[in-house]
Amino acid sequence: VTDRRTFLKQAGTAAAAVAAASAGARTAGAGTPQGPAMDAATRDLLLAALDAARGAGAAYADARIARRRQNSIFTREQQIRNVVESESLGCGVRVLVDGTWGFAATRRLTRQAVTAAAREAVGVARANRAARDRAVEWLPAPAVRNGSWRSPYRLDPFAVSMEEKATLLLRANAEALRVPNVRFVSSALFFVKEEKSYANTDGSLIAQTLIRTLPSFTATAVAPDRSDFQSRGNVVAPMQRGWEYVLEADLPGNAGRWGEEAAQKLAARPVEPGRHDLVLDPGNLWLTIHESIGHPTELDRAMGYEANYAGTSFLAPPERMLGRLRYGPEFMNVQGDRSQEGGLSNCGWDDDGVAPDEFLLIRDGVLHDYQTTREQADWLRWWYERQGRPVRSHGCSYADSWASVAFQRMPNVSLLPGERDLSWDDLIAATDRGIAIVGDGSYSIDQQRYNAQFGGQLFYEIRDGRIAGMLKDVAYQIRTPDFWNSLDLLGGRSAYRLGGSFFDGKGQPSQSNAVSHGTPPARFRQVTVISTGRRA
Amino acid sequence: VSRQEQGAVFSREAMQRLVERVVGRSRADGCQVTITAGVTGNIRFAANQLSTAGVVENATVEVESAFGRRHAAVSTNDLSDEALRRAVRASEALARLAPDDPEWLPELSPQRYVPVEAWFESTAQLSAADRAAAARIALDMARAAGDVEAAGFLVSRAGAQAIANKAGLFAYHRRTSANYTLTVRTSDGTGSGWAAADHPDVRRLDFAAVARRATEKARASREPVALEPGRYTVILEPQATGDLVQLMSFAMDARLADEGRSAFVGPGGGNRIGERIVDARVTLLSDPADADLRARPFDDQGLALGRQVWIADGVLRQLFYTRYWAQRHNRPPTGTPTCLRLEGGTQSLDELIASTERGVLVTRLWYLRSVDPRTILYTGLTRDGTFLIEGGRLARSVRNFRFNDSPLFLLSNLEGLGRTERIAGTEAGGHIAMPAVKARDFHFTSLSEAV
Repeated sequence: VTDRRTFLKQAGTAAAAVAAASAGARTAGAGTPQGPAMDAATRDLLLAALDAARGAGAAYADARIARRRQNSIFTREQQIRNVVESESLGCGVRVLVDGTWGFAATRRLTRQAVTAAAREAVGVARANRAARDRAVEWLPAPAVRNGSWRSPYRLDPFAVSMEEKATLLLRANAEALRVPNVRFVSSALFFVKEEKSYANTDGSLIAQTLIRTLPSFTATAVAPDRSDFQSRGNVVAPMQRGWEYVLEADLPGNAGRWGEEAAQKLAARPVEPGRHDLVLDPGNLWLTIHESIGHPTELDRAMGYEANYAGTSFLAPPERMLGRLRYGPEFMNVQGDRSQEGGLSNCGWDDDGVAPDEFLLIRDGVLHDYQTTREQADWLRWWYERQGRPVRSHGCSYADSWASVAFQRMPNVSLLPGERDLSWDDLIAATDRGIAIVGDGSYSIDQQRYNAQFGGQLFYEIRDGRIAGMLKDVAYQIRTPDFWNSLDLLGGRSAYRLGGSFFDGKGQPSQSNAVSHGTPPARFRQVTVISTGRRA
Repeated sequence: VSRQEQGAVFSREAMQRLVERVVGRSRADGCQVTITAGVTGNIRFAANQLSTAGVVENATVEVESAFGRRHAAVSTNDLSDEALRRAVRASEALARLAPDDPEWLPELSPQRYVPVEAWFESTAQLSAADRAAAARIALDMARAAGDVEAAGFLVSRAGAQAIANKAGLFAYHRRTSANYTLTVRTSDGTGSGWAAADHPDVRRLDFAAVARRATEKARASREPVALEPGRYTVILEPQATGDLVQLMSFAMDARLADEGRSAFVGPGGGNRIGERIVDARVTLLSDPADADLRARPFDDQGLALGRQVWIADGVLRQLFYTRYWAQRHNRPPTGTPTCLRLEGGTQSLDELIASTERGVLVTRLWYLRSVDPRTILYTGLTRDGTFLIEGGRLARSVRNFRFNDSPLFLLSNLEGLGRTERIAGTEAGGHIAMPAVKARDFHFTSLSEAV
């Protein structure tokens, strides 16, 4: 068993090394499949909306015609519960009049309806002008004349037959149901295709197609005397990929193991509450990254713009935090991007018409940047200029449908792997006593992102560098800076995986963002663990 | 499209015509159509600045076709003849490919619905300028005060829903809604207050009163002190009660209990209907016609929903039975309720506080997530006004807590009930009326520095 000091040294990385070693394959550039071409009718509607907005007095406007298709199939045990296909299509127009935003959207794709929406958006902006005393500073961005981008996929899930999908799920369910005490299984496949056409008064015209895939599977075991029931779920991460990803996930081939894990939980020992060293696998840690790094580094939250709903951030004000706040150890580097392979937030251009870049949010353990849009990047001008960096948006604008206004949403936010290529087994072997946690479970965090509580799917006791049986009723509670500063061992590139969510909520009206988080497994020292197995 | 035309789109007659355009094209054994249409307007502000606002008009038609026990649903928001025909044909093609669903039931026959008046022209006619004027009340107050920052959201909607099928069912409900939430933070960053209002009739929203309440909470909550985590007597304001108690409804499906996987599992099999499960003062019910709630009087299948008591005098009287599970157990189906009411007592919040030697007053709860379905154990945090009560009075502001507790434990440890009121902003949403609740031994497991 290697001691902590040796491992710190071995796992340590310098920022320079990280920049070169930034995680994951790239999808941008030459490898990107050819995107869709915008059809003439759509382009004419977009340009008509922009003309109407300008004619009514807008200094800037953008218009999006988006079609969102969803395809899903839900099963339980040996039956289909539901098969659903949905499609929503419409046009949203956003305008800036005298430094004030207005937005209107219609499902009617006629010249009359989209120009009326543009004029209504201007009317909304004028009505709002009286209620604001600080004008929006809209950062310039280069025009994208004929942008086209398509998320990479080999097999379009919308072209796969419903029978094939049903057969795959029912085969997986049957495998899990063979396991003693596994009484129930639910499984589903959920696919989203976004086809977006975008135009703005800078002269940009962009067409993009994105496909996202979410397989889900949960096995539930019930004790024969009905004294307990336990589930194993959240087994496959959602990805911005196609049907090939479902085949690779091999639900039928893995379902028996997932069923056995559910059954094993019935016999697991209740955890002893207290402080424990934790070894977290990427399937668990992605969600902790999402909540305790992803959300607090959203600039709109830090500036108070989400105070009434999603909350603010402990990383405020930025002038006291950037370059100063120690988030974690020196070998901790966290990257924002919309380009790593399979990343759910990947795109060619964001909904401000900006090509996203890769940027470090945390560099050598210190807060280095925030997630930004064209409206927000100027708020950090002092910081970028001090560093000799350009003042530009990181391309984090997103609207979840034609009916939604674009605002700052999370890109993929990932903990970069350590310099040494340590595996999950290496981390377990390096740990004398502790708890290993696999998969994500319950999650909750306060409105400034300090205090969080996370569960998991599977919990194992570690003794003398080995797994020594299963535990249950485990949840860990963290204070964000303390937790990340207790990070002392980081897995390597080979152990780096993406987790993610289809349904990250933010904004009013609430919008749903899909986002991935890459991470290697990692070890954290002396984290507070509670037992959730209360009876009264 | 003018407002009058939009209003016409939501009328019963217009919905019936639209249903006919769908069902009339069906070649399947069964065809259920669900139409949801509406116009939503909103305005948003933060940091004493207006941020975004918008107006969205949409209408969605979902068609579920069935051949025997095979079924599939397709939805679209294109109401052209061609698109509706495509949706019907696509749902039929998918249904033919689907495996048999052994739990599929024949179409629901026509139902009688209780009348619910939830449409108010005052709300339907609300303009962008009206919303901006409403937002200004809090913005002007906060700017003038100088020591606070306001962040808020006002959303108003006018719309209708219809559910119909080939067997002649036609359910129709039109409603308006207005929801206003406001967070006021003190400029020193140590205090935060929240208040809200919600009603189908926007004239019932008192924007100035909401602004005053949130501002008072913010100022009173400044410079909180840390208490040791542990078990405390708590008084949950109606909003906080609703945040936690509403979550019980996600655990009240009879089938889950009968299958051995819920908090309502009967020890020897079946479920706990008929057993005393919480304090004898607790009565929990749903009633769409309740004047405080004015909820949709049918569920997503078009099943009529009337007054339904779930817990009476602490005894579990009823769980949610779908049509399928009800038929298997030879009981009437309850459907899934569209509203929830916890009956209150006669005490005011001040009286509950005055009766408390030492305890914690909670304004609202936040980020509630299920931890253990065996006990409906949830975790979450207090937010926007948490106070120590000593000697029957509010002694001072305290730091927020994380809790791990269950609505079942809360209602078993009951010490007192306030008066029930409609609340405005639970995380799960919906039409909820709750009283303030005083309970002992509420489990705060850690402190949060968040303001």
